[in-house]
Amino acid sequence: MNHIAPGARAGIYHYDEIDRQFVAERVEQFRKQVDRRLSGELTEEEFKPIRLMNGLYLQLHAYMLRIAVPYGVMSATQLRKLAAIGRKYDRGYGHFTTRQNLQYNWIKLEDTPAILHELAEVDMHALQTSGNCVRNVTTDPFVGAARDEVVDGRVYAEILRQWTTMHPEFTYLPRKFKIAISGAESDRAAVRIHDVGLLARRNDKGEAGFSFYVGGGLGRSPFVGKLVREWVAQEDFVAYLEAILRVYNQYGRRDNIYKARIKILVHELGLEKFTQEVEEEFARLRGPKYRLDPEIVESIRQHFAPPPFEELPDHSEVLERAKATDPAFANWLAVNVAEHKAPGYAIATISLKPAGGIPGDATCDQMDLVADLAERHSFGELRVTHVQNLVLAHVKKDELYDLWKQLDAAELGSANAGLIGDIIACPGLDYCALANARSIPLAQAISARFADPVRQRTIGELGIKISGCINACGHHHVGAIGILGVDKKGTEYYQITVGGDPTLTTAIGDILGPAVTETEAVDAIEAIVDVYLANRADGSERFIDTLKRVGHAPFKERIYAAD
Amino acid sequence: MPLIENGRIGEDAWSFIPDGEPVPNDRPVIISFERWQAERDSFEGRNARLGVRLKSGTLAGSIAADLDRFSLVALEFPKFRDGRGFSTARELRERYGYTGEIRAVGHVIPDQYLFLVRTGFTSVEAPEGTNPDSWAEALKEITIAFQPSLDDTAPLSLLRRKLKVG
Repeated sequence: MNHIAPGARAGIYHYDEIDRQFVAERVEQFRKQVDRRLSGELTEEEFKPIRLMNGLYLQLHAYMLRIAVPYGVMSATQLRKLAAIGRKYDRGYGHFTTRQNLQYNWIKLEDTPAILHELAEVDMHALQTSGNCVRNVTTDPFVGAARDEVVDGRVYAEILRQWTTMHPEFTYLPRKFKIAISGAESDRAAVRIHDVGLLARRNDKGEAGFSFYVGGGLGRSPFVGKLVREWVAQEDFVAYLEAILRVYNQYGRRDNIYKARIKILVHELGLEKFTQEVEEEFARLRGPKYRLDPEIVESIRQHFAPPPFEELPDHSEVLERAKATDPAFANWLAVNVAEHKAPGYAIATISLKPAGGIPGDATCDQMDLVADLAERHSFGELRVTHVQNLVLAHVKKDELYDLWKQLDAAELGSANAGLIGDIIACPGLDYCALANARSIPLAQAISARFADPVRQRTIGELGIKISGCINACGHHHVGAIGILGVDKKGTEYYQITVGGDPTLTTAIGDILGPAVTETEAVDAIEAIVDVYLANRADGSERFIDTLKRVGHAPFKERIYAAD
Repeated sequence: MPLIENGRIGEDAWSFIPDGEPVPNDRPVIISFERWQAERDSFEGRNARLGVRLKSGTLAGSIAADLDRFSLVALEFPKFRDGRGFSTARELRERYGYTGEIRAVGHVIPDQYLFLVRTGFTSVEAPEGTNPDSWAEALKEITIAFQPSLDDTAPLSLLRRKLKVG
């Protein structure tokens, strides 16, 4: 089993016998559901949502199985198991997703019960990774480590993981439901593009509470989440969510799949009326039954106790020397390493975006290596980020150079976190039955075009996000540069948007002009970058700030001038 | 149609009377919510038990004021994926204190039975030819819950607990 002695390792929720029994029962339940489908007792229509709630999708060429990684945090042991499954049942790799999960794209239906059984051996499963239920709750990948953290989002994400698991009332919602929590000053969880986005904060007494943003989402009608309540006290955390979900379950549209998300309900009812409905439910639900007892919060918090950090000086001589002698490392350090709250430690982002690579893909050998490195350098724990990278959150500064050399040797050392090469892309027409266009080859072409790490760093913070269709799984609406694949009479075209922003200053990008072909798209991105560099103030102004200042005109002129 | 109660096929004492057909006075019947709205006065002084059937878009609040007139509320599931009934049942119980029978009718599958019971349903009208074993099994296969259920007064502080259902 996956039991890790608390205290010796970094914070991970430790399953107990009840959790394990639950997963075992669910695996057995699904096995019987498959049998009932095969015998004809369940129709295909009836089986589909059941299959989805067990993480199993039917894609273009094969079944896809999406494994839940609660709030993106897992142990080295669990990652090794994911590698082993990918080797045995897939084609030797896995794909990390924007929901901080992992999916296998080449699964055989008949293997799924065995895979679920193997996952259960390390306290993992694929439950509620799809279907019209509450999905995996996501949080800041730097949680428990970031210097600007105010509240530990893992604690509340775990409470939600439990509360939403097979919730009897909210498993057949109008549509899927996604929740994100951020407990730091910088929003690294894109909370305002979620059905419910939570900003965890503290009042002047030091008590934890939450701002609730509701009705954010991308897809064909993008909306930025609206503030429904500024402060919900910790004890009301679950009651308030229960109230929101009950209002949604009763009033959310069920006549049109494209209008069924809560964002449409909030939009159609209006913020005021929606808030009033929620407040009425909440006023009634509030009480002993739904009060979140501080004791349970504390008992869950203990799972996430800080690992035994050594007392170190914040300054590392070893690091400074390496930085001075190895410019490639110095570049990675500047781009992929963030401040840690413990002196002498740092947070390292492992880019899954090598130049010309497939965003979010990792081979099973790479997964094994990262598992080893997590054990050696980060208390046996790692995180998946919503931009499809991995994070080792607690690395000694003294060990960063060692770590990077090992990563670099395995093509995991790209210095591009947050830069133009750090592209989010959906699976697109290479895998997905819904897509209009391929996303992956375009991501590969763009990252190859901007392969030079020095050039990337010169360009600075600039997120490119690519979706192969209007469902926006690649978050193109909030890309500083967003790219949407469209189908024009059987040919793949790409529509470019600019000015999107997934952070607290959330903004939906605007369409720059007519859609372009794949080849033109790469040139167009380069043209946008050139115009930006030529216009940016004082050499450090961010792309989105330059764009705000100079407007679309100079960009449009360059791209579409030849037409 | 087979009636499922407590995980078993049970006797159904009730019958649904379609709109426009005469309502017998001597046995328990279910009428539509629409008929109730149109003809409520005609049920004054009725002695035999009365039930009302709500479409999935008719929420608990619509019937709240009249709940003391009904021994049964039937909630329609037009498709099993339409989960409004789960909230309606819960509202009937928790918000409006209804203690009579709540019955699921329409398209419901055994895989939802546990959720139905946990949100306050007492019986299910299953389709002809349903496999009774699947309904019985549905109350036994998952023995753990992560949130308080309807009849469970234990506070939320016990997030995970063994279920006592069936």
